[in-house]
Amino acid sequence: MGLLTDLRDSISRVTASLFTEDAQPKRIGIYGPPNAGKTTLANRIARDWTGDAVGPESHIPHETRRARRKENVEIKRNGKSVSIDIVDTPGVATKVDYTEFLEHDMEKEEAVRRSREATEGVAEAMHWLREDVDGVIYVLDSADDPFTQVNTMLIGIIESRDLPVLIFANKIDLEESNVNRIQNAFPQHETVPLSALEGQNMDEVYGMIAEYFG
Amino acid sequence: MAEVKDPDVDGVQIDLISGERMAGLASMEKIRLILDGVREGNIVILESGLTPDEESRLIEVTMSEINPDGFTGIEIESYPRSQTADASFLDRLMGKQSTSKLTVIGPANQIETLHKDRNLISALVSHR
Repeated sequence: MGLLTDLRDSISRVTASLFTEDAQPKRIGIYGPPNAGKTTLANRIARDWTGDAVGPESHIPHETRRARRKENVEIKRNGKSVSIDIVDTPGVATKVDYTEFLEHDMEKEEAVRRSREATEGVAEAMHWLREDVDGVIYVLDSADDPFTQVNTMLIGIIESRDLPVLIFANKIDLEESNVNRIQNAFPQHETVPLSALEGQNMDEVYGMIAEYFG
Repeated sequence: MAEVKDPDVDGVQIDLISGERMAGLASMEKIRLILDGVREGNIVILESGLTPDEESRLIEVTMSEINPDGFTGIEIESYPRSQTADASFLDRLMGKQSTSKLTVIGPANQIETLHKDRNLISALVSHR
């Protein structure tokens, strides 16, 4: 009985998604560890196609502590057009220590407040991933080691939910950038090199977004 | 598990939890078992890991328990899922998820990952 119920629920989910996805813009979550350049990318996409930004950028980790949505971003490439809502999410971590913020010239009170908001933001990002996104752009700093547990877990969670995912190897403008390392870490997914800050390779970025999420 | 700790002995307690024991627990019971151990300063090793959904909830619950005066979160390590070990399409359609991967979890301020790749995890465990 449980088996039949499971099967019926699964088929309902699949058919529901087949017949409702085209009705509204797809919500594409921008995920990744802190300081990978998620907000810089979200701002780049939003400015290129709507003229507005999504949120403030900073080199301090956990600058984004609330998920922010930019609605109805229409991207046109190679005859394809895709309308998406960009959801810029807080960087995901398994630990947040307020003392790390003290190194960025913050008073203890502000560091503690930022730390508390950061933990709420990570929880919020996880909730969005489980409930509210239709696809994922996973942003990694290509100058950093991709073999971290947060990356392993998040990619696993995304795969388990059968969400379409593109991996963006960001910060290729840095000398230490190593895109191959990311491709080797996640060979099962398409990796696109870019610099969201410098606007490098954005043509391919938009082409892939239109192809994957269109 | 904390009751077996001898306060006179200076060391780090390691709890190795079998897949059999975890299999009988609900998701939140697993997360509670892990976090209760970790918050007492123990290193928890799971024989068969957590599902992706449970990992997601573990992160969420961990975040809700972080406080500036004590608990700063967890360090967790497991091997990446291999493609061949993944659940079949039918399993995923049915909501079943593969979990068979050794997982090490400890307090963030006591365990530090030195190296990790597809086949090796090297970690340094220290006293509080």
